[in-house]
Amino acid sequence: MLDYLLPAFIVLMAGLGTIAFWMGRQRAARVRAEGTAMRSQPGQYGWFMSLASVGAATAIIFLCWLALLITGSPVPLYSLYFIGLAVALLGMGLALRYVRPDFHARSAIEGVIRFMLAGAALISILTTLGILVSVISEAIRFFSMYSFWDFITGTQWNPGASFLEAAGRSSSASSQAQFGSLPLFAGTFMITLIAMLVAIPVGLGSAIYMVEFAPRGVRQAFKPVLEILAGIPTVVYGFFAAITVSPLIVDIAGFFGLEASYTNALSPGIVMGIMIIPFISSLSDDVLHSVPNSLRQGALALGITKGEMIRNVVLPSATPGIISASLLAVSRALGETMIVVMAAGMSPNLTANPLETMTTVTVSIVSSLTGDLSFGSAHTLSAFALGLVLFAVTLLLNLVSVFMINHFREKYRLNTI
Amino acid sequence: MAQSFDDITKQLGKRHRRTRRLKLTCMAAMVLSAVFLVVFLGDMVNRGWSAFQQGRMQIEVSYTEQSQQMPLTAVDEQYRQLVSRGFFRQIPQRMEADPELLGTTRTQWVIARSSVDQYLKGRENSLSEQQRQLIDRMVEQGNAKLAFNTTFFTTGDSRMAELAGILSAALGTLLTIIVTMAICFPIGVMTAVYLEEFAPDNRFTRLIEVNINNLAAVPSILFGLLGLAIFISFFGVPRSSPLVGGLTLSLMTLPMIIISTRAALRSVPDSIRHAAFGVGCTRWQVVSDHVLPVSIPGILTGSIIGLAQAMGETAPLIIVGMVAFMPDPSFSLTQAATVLPAQVYSWASLPNQAFQEKTAGGILVLLAVLITLNAAAVLLRNRFERRW
Repeated sequence: MLDYLLPAFIVLMAGLGTIAFWMGRQRAARVRAEGTAMRSQPGQYGWFMSLASVGAATAIIFLCWLALLITGSPVPLYSLYFIGLAVALLGMGLALRYVRPDFHARSAIEGVIRFMLAGAALISILTTLGILVSVISEAIRFFSMYSFWDFITGTQWNPGASFLEAAGRSSSASSQAQFGSLPLFAGTFMITLIAMLVAIPVGLGSAIYMVEFAPRGVRQAFKPVLEILAGIPTVVYGFFAAITVSPLIVDIAGFFGLEASYTNALSPGIVMGIMIIPFISSLSDDVLHSVPNSLRQGALALGITKGEMIRNVVLPSATPGIISASLLAVSRALGETMIVVMAAGMSPNLTANPLETMTTVTVSIVSSLTGDLSFGSAHTLSAFALGLVLFAVTLLLNLVSVFMINHFREKYRLNTI
Repeated sequence: MAQSFDDITKQLGKRHRRTRRLKLTCMAAMVLSAVFLVVFLGDMVNRGWSAFQQGRMQIEVSYTEQSQQMPLTAVDEQYRQLVSRGFFRQIPQRMEADPELLGTTRTQWVIARSSVDQYLKGRENSLSEQQRQLIDRMVEQGNAKLAFNTTFFTTGDSRMAELAGILSAALGTLLTIIVTMAICFPIGVMTAVYLEEFAPDNRFTRLIEVNINNLAAVPSILFGLLGLAIFISFFGVPRSSPLVGGLTLSLMTLPMIIISTRAALRSVPDSIRHAAFGVGCTRWQVVSDHVLPVSIPGILTGSIIGLAQAMGETAPLIIVGMVAFMPDPSFSLTQAATVLPAQVYSWASLPNQAFQEKTAGGILVLLAVLITLNAAAVLLRNRFERRW
């Protein structure tokens, strides 16, 4: 029953809006037909009527609903619909009186639209706030249970036991839950490092080739390759890493007499690197393009070779841009989830050997938020604490990178004048 | 000054060789990424193409009173381990639906169990030597074959590999994407219009701009945490539903749509705006009647690419619970659902070899859809985008 109420209400409101539009337009058209000059077109009076009735009603319903939710009181749906209907009718009646020659319906609409557009722009701010609030509030709850210092410096990550503690069954010290996130960050760092070792040389190399050497045809042919690589979902890369690359690495390591785990850090690292290649390549492509041609021509005019020009003129001046691209790529690798969830291990391991199993921050977030865990247990809350650190680190990387790239752009904008 | 002409020539040769070496290295990097793509796609096709085929067997099925009670007795004993268990489950229902079946014996094609299916495809399987010989004989007589796998496209998930399909995941993806686009397309375009055409250049506007650029680089999993804490815990949106998935994805896609729409709006030359202002349009009239219509191809291109990205996203959806096991396809915004990438994820974690084939099959379908979308976006851009 309730399921049909909302669509019915929406249809009713749409109907009311249409009626209001027609009423406004008809009335204005009649006035104009009598020979009076109006400030606005009849259609604009129509829109004004619609906005004043249904627009106002929608806004009021939404605000009421939000206020009720925030105060935590139950939402009386029927009363809300009733209020909406009343506001719509009232608005229609009031607005009808404004359909007269000296009223600027056009500017009135303009004001409302401007307001709506600004409201839409506000949503992106609200999203950031939403992420911050949700992550911080839960993280605070977590840090009220476990100390922040232990979280940052501890080397044991053993969240499973918090489940028993919540059930009041923790007796021995050995089964106490431990939230030392160092091994997680070490794993994240290791996998990111491997990814960067793959992505930066290959991505930058192909960008240099594309910008400095490649004939037009090669460029056109290679662009789709990068676009397809960039469009592949990460879950697919994860499957590839787990099912093809990992066994391959185990075999190769075995050939050299090394023992590798099937959930080693190398295979998600390499595959993540492949995933990031198009990212680095297209960013570096932009950066290399914005190095002014006058620099190249000046260098060549002095009689140096193309290779020397690239190495001694183009790359040094593009360095800030390239670093900025790499920082963005690092932030991407840190937050990448599916590849590591599918191909890296689940058990935290503080080691420097990439052939061993390792886990990352994002894997722990996923594993503590899937399955039947109660919302509010330390294990669940730890995901938000990890999320907070992840957010802070990626935010910092992004800000630094944006700052660097802007600096780079400014510099060459001045030089080319 | 003491360099002779020969020395310089020699040195020059060396310098040119270094340039060539750099060129070759860079070219190798480019070729390497192309090779990655080819290896990757080849691997997926190699693993996944057989998911579109299905082992079937022609056997005698006797519909008796007994087989209505104990469906296993409907087929000859030697086939019981080879026919899909799902087929036996359907026998009582089928007999109820069609009373004429009772007492008849029919020779019909039935779906084989996944071990038989894998054997027919020449992959690892758990069949005994005897069963293998039986199937070999059936193949010779034309009573067992591989046919196009319609089950894969018409059923939901199943614990039996031979009956698992992508339909419920595809429906879930469709619903989720509809919700996503219904929210983030209007809001994204409105934000971009505000920032490009209306907003004064003040601190607030710059804050919004920095904020949008940052949001575009926030790891997707954090949007999952937002969805969990805000949409599910606070607003009470049902967990695992396409509604909450769509809301979460729409916030994730929003920055991308805003950025591409702004680029499209910026590429419209100011002369158009000036002309419209010149004949007395208000700002909104300039935007809605002149700027937006000419920038629609650019906006749509960006939105399609954003849509493709949202379609392949998994991590935030796992956090909000959209990895439900969905045997029956449902088409509801508020009930549990799963999406294609999440289906791929849950199949990939199953140990059964047959499910890995399904995983790769699902991936091929997903990739086909995504590549089509991206190609459509590129075509749209090339055909309709105006150069001023």
